[in-house]
Amino acid sequence: MTEAKHIELSPEAMMEVGRIISHYPADKQKSALLPVLHIAQKEFGGWLSSESMDYVARLLHIHPIEVYEVATFYSMFNTKPVGKVLIEVCQTGPCCLNGAEKIVSYLEKKLQIKVGETTRDGMFTLKTVECLGACGYAPMFQIGETFYEHLTEEKVDNILLEMRNKNS
Amino acid sequence: MPKVTIDDITIEVPAGTTILEAARQIGVNVPPAMCYYSKLKGSGGKCRVCLVKVTKGSDKDPRPMPKLVASCRTTVMDGMEVRNVTSPEVIEARRGVVEFLLVNHPLDCPICDQAGECHLQDLSYDHGLSKSRYDFERRTFERIDIGDKIQLHMNRCILCYRCTQVAEQLTPERKHGVLYRGEVSEISTFIATAVDNEFSGNMIDVCPVGALTDKTFRFKSRVWFTKPMYAHRNCPTCSGKVALWYQGEEVLRVTSRKDKWGESEGFICNECRFDKKNTSDWTIEGPAPVDRHSVISQNHYELPYELPVNQKKLSN
Amino acid sequence: MGRKLLLENLDKPEINTIDGYIKYGGYRALEKALKSMTPDEVTEEVKKSGLRGRGGAGFPTGMKWSFLDKSTDKPRYLLCNADESEPGTFKDRLLMEKIPHLLVEGMIVSSYALGCRTSYIYIRGEYMFILRILEKAIAEAYAKGYLGQNILGTGYSLDLHVHPGAGAYICGEETALIESLEGKRGNPRIKPPFPAIAGLYNCPTIVNNVESIAAVVPIVNNGGEDYAKIGIGKSTGTKLISASGNINKPGVYEIELGVSVEEFIYSDEYCGGIANGLDIKACVPGGSSVPILPKDLLFKQSDGSPRLMTYESLSEGGFATGSMLGSGGFIVFDEKACIVRNTWNFARFYHHESCGQCSPCREGTGWMERVLHNIEYGHGKMEDIDLLWDIQRKIEGNTICPLGDAAAWPVAAAIRHFRHEFEYHVKYPHRVFDADHVYQPEMKMQTV
Repeated sequence: MTEAKHIELSPEAMMEVGRIISHYPADKQKSALLPVLHIAQKEFGGWLSSESMDYVARLLHIHPIEVYEVATFYSMFNTKPVGKVLIEVCQTGPCCLNGAEKIVSYLEKKLQIKVGETTRDGMFTLKTVECLGACGYAPMFQIGETFYEHLTEEKVDNILLEMRNKNS
Repeated sequence: MPKVTIDDITIEVPAGTTILEAARQIGVNVPPAMCYYSKLKGSGGKCRVCLVKVTKGSDKDPRPMPKLVASCRTTVMDGMEVRNVTSPEVIEARRGVVEFLLVNHPLDCPICDQAGECHLQDLSYDHGLSKSRYDFERRTFERIDIGDKIQLHMNRCILCYRCTQVAEQLTPERKHGVLYRGEVSEISTFIATAVDNEFSGNMIDVCPVGALTDKTFRFKSRVWFTKPMYAHRNCPTCSGKVALWYQGEEVLRVTSRKDKWGESEGFICNECRFDKKNTSDWTIEGPAPVDRHSVISQNHYELPYELPVNQKKLSN
Repeated sequence: MGRKLLLENLDKPEINTIDGYIKYGGYRALEKALKSMTPDEVTEEVKKSGLRGRGGAGFPTGMKWSFLDKSTDKPRYLLCNADESEPGTFKDRLLMEKIPHLLVEGMIVSSYALGCRTSYIYIRGEYMFILRILEKAIAEAYAKGYLGQNILGTGYSLDLHVHPGAGAYICGEETALIESLEGKRGNPRIKPPFPAIAGLYNCPTIVNNVESIAAVVPIVNNGGEDYAKIGIGKSTGTKLISASGNINKPGVYEIELGVSVEEFIYSDEYCGGIANGLDIKACVPGGSSVPILPKDLLFKQSDGSPRLMTYESLSEGGFATGSMLGSGGFIVFDEKACIVRNTWNFARFYHHESCGQCSPCREGTGWMERVLHNIEYGHGKMEDIDLLWDIQRKIEGNTICPLGDAAAWPVAAAIRHFRHEFEYHVKYPHRVFDADHVYQPEMKMQTV
């Protein structure tokens, strides 16, 4: 979580923002909103506070409400805090034909949380999402930018362990 | 000029006219409109109550359109033929849309200030089922104040987007918008921000339901117990042409004047709307025309002939 | 073994790099088009090829291109729709992940044909790892002089960028995609005007699916006529099919349009039959939004001839007995799969993905999901089945964009062909529970 006063992207991220803005016509910097929100979310602890959204609005010279409208529309933007590791399990039809629901139950049991909750140590948040485009490699979940496919209980155990080690 | 035939009545309209506007010019069997508002750019197309059937595209291309179209956003072509109330398919679809609009509506008309001038009420009277087939919990939201004079009752909102268009087109900065998506979309400021500028009150006038209401009028009276009078004043900000809603000698609320289609004839400023509630603030023009079918005209409407005298008295 | 035009070199080493791609014949179409063809000649080849939009609607690509308004001075844009989100569809992902340069080359050639100076690939946000792959490929192409100013000295200049979405199925609808690219909510626009007249930044715009754009490369290389030789009738060329569900070999297959459905499911070259030695119950042949077909309608057309993997054959009989090729998201259900549960699942998907702009979809998708949930979880009533039918009928065709139809069709088809399963759920909820929601027909109950 971030302090309202100290909200600012790192110099590297600012470079990236500049590069992204340059992709669009000069007066259309609002187009950069989605990619810039992705960057802001990554930099500001995996979620978008109203302060970070106001900051993005200033970066792109748009009104804050335009950012709120967009951030709340797209499912990848979290407007509430999440754990260090966000596990997004695909729960759409083809995955369910191959045991996605069992993976969700297993994760709930293993992490002792329900879908939508965060573990007490703030490590894991469990979320179910709709089709991620991995129907042929089901069941699967996504952590960050990585797809974990053909999941089994053993695989899930290993991934959780790896994530815990990497993030503590 | 293109000629269009709607429910067997032909009319010639300027190029670029929509089917709905052409129907309004004909004046009978006009498709209802919950989101379209002729004075707001980009409005319309969303609520789907104005769907009509185009049985002939134009003289040039007589093919019918494959789906029902939103009459508020479809421009007429020369020789176009349209079915509105004469198409069972249209009536059926409209009933469906009205049912959808009502599934999450609280149906709290008895305690809603909009009752009596609510377009959703009219619609459900014309097209609604007598019984709801939706037996799930309705979605609910907390009431919030948008500024000190306007209350947002999101439960009643049908997401017509008109109020956001007012903010976008009449005020310097839009502070509220549509947040989240799908069924849980809501009108909100996201963080508590006062929507406060000279024209924000027009959001109340354009709201087709009781989602945005005038806090200065809240629970004061049912609208059919009040009598609208046209009045004007020299206002530095707006046209100053308003309707005053009287109960006895008291002005309970001030609104813009509404035309035949329930649209504001000219937007008014917040000072006229919220702060000028004495007869002495205004020059009275006379009683506002009230549609014969309106519930407001059921109020044994009598002209308050003595009013000019009272006005003198009050100003003394 | 059918011809492969897109995935031919899938397993070649380093095909993901520009050098590997060039080694196996890459960027020949670019040289050919830019150096020896006029933009209109490229469009002409695409028209001749009979290529139809591979995103799902199947609209002829060449014809779509010809609608582009070239009468204005405004810039024109080509947008690649890589928002692949239709459940059951994961073909574009494979193509972009493994052979990114095929898409990049297709974008350059297509942009040249359309006269675009800037083009964008709009990719779903969840595919961020593929965005990185594409950005790398684009950087390589710039370095080689295939992108940027004065490409290969031909005087043609193009900038190509990748733009991520952020989790919204609706952005696969072309006008929602444009809105999203403009930094707004993914609310589909009310048409007309169509993007070809007023799209991105109100400029003439063409939106094409990844696979359609990739197919332009072999079309330019071998000529439109050669492409049109593959396939049957108006279903020309090859198509990527994403196969998933209860089959032995899920994955992406490039087929020549015209392969029979039976061959596709049972041949070892493709799906390899139904998993676990079970029988097939049903199939959704074109992504979650197209009607589900039961076994008896899946393999045979109404005239008794075999049903083929073509736009026409799959939709033969209309929705009464047919379905659609759609995006090629081929989902197979074995005999134990529960149609009610799957229908509820899909309904939940559309409920989640509705943008909320127009009333039938906003209110109807949630309503359908709740009714289906009730039926699946043992609280259904017989009249709920008719209610569902009525709700879907009032959504279909009455919404701003096709998401309403996409939500309505699977519900309609499930009731049309599997009404008995809905009734079974209403009548015997406890049996459904006892079987852990695995569908067991009544007569088989003793064996459970």
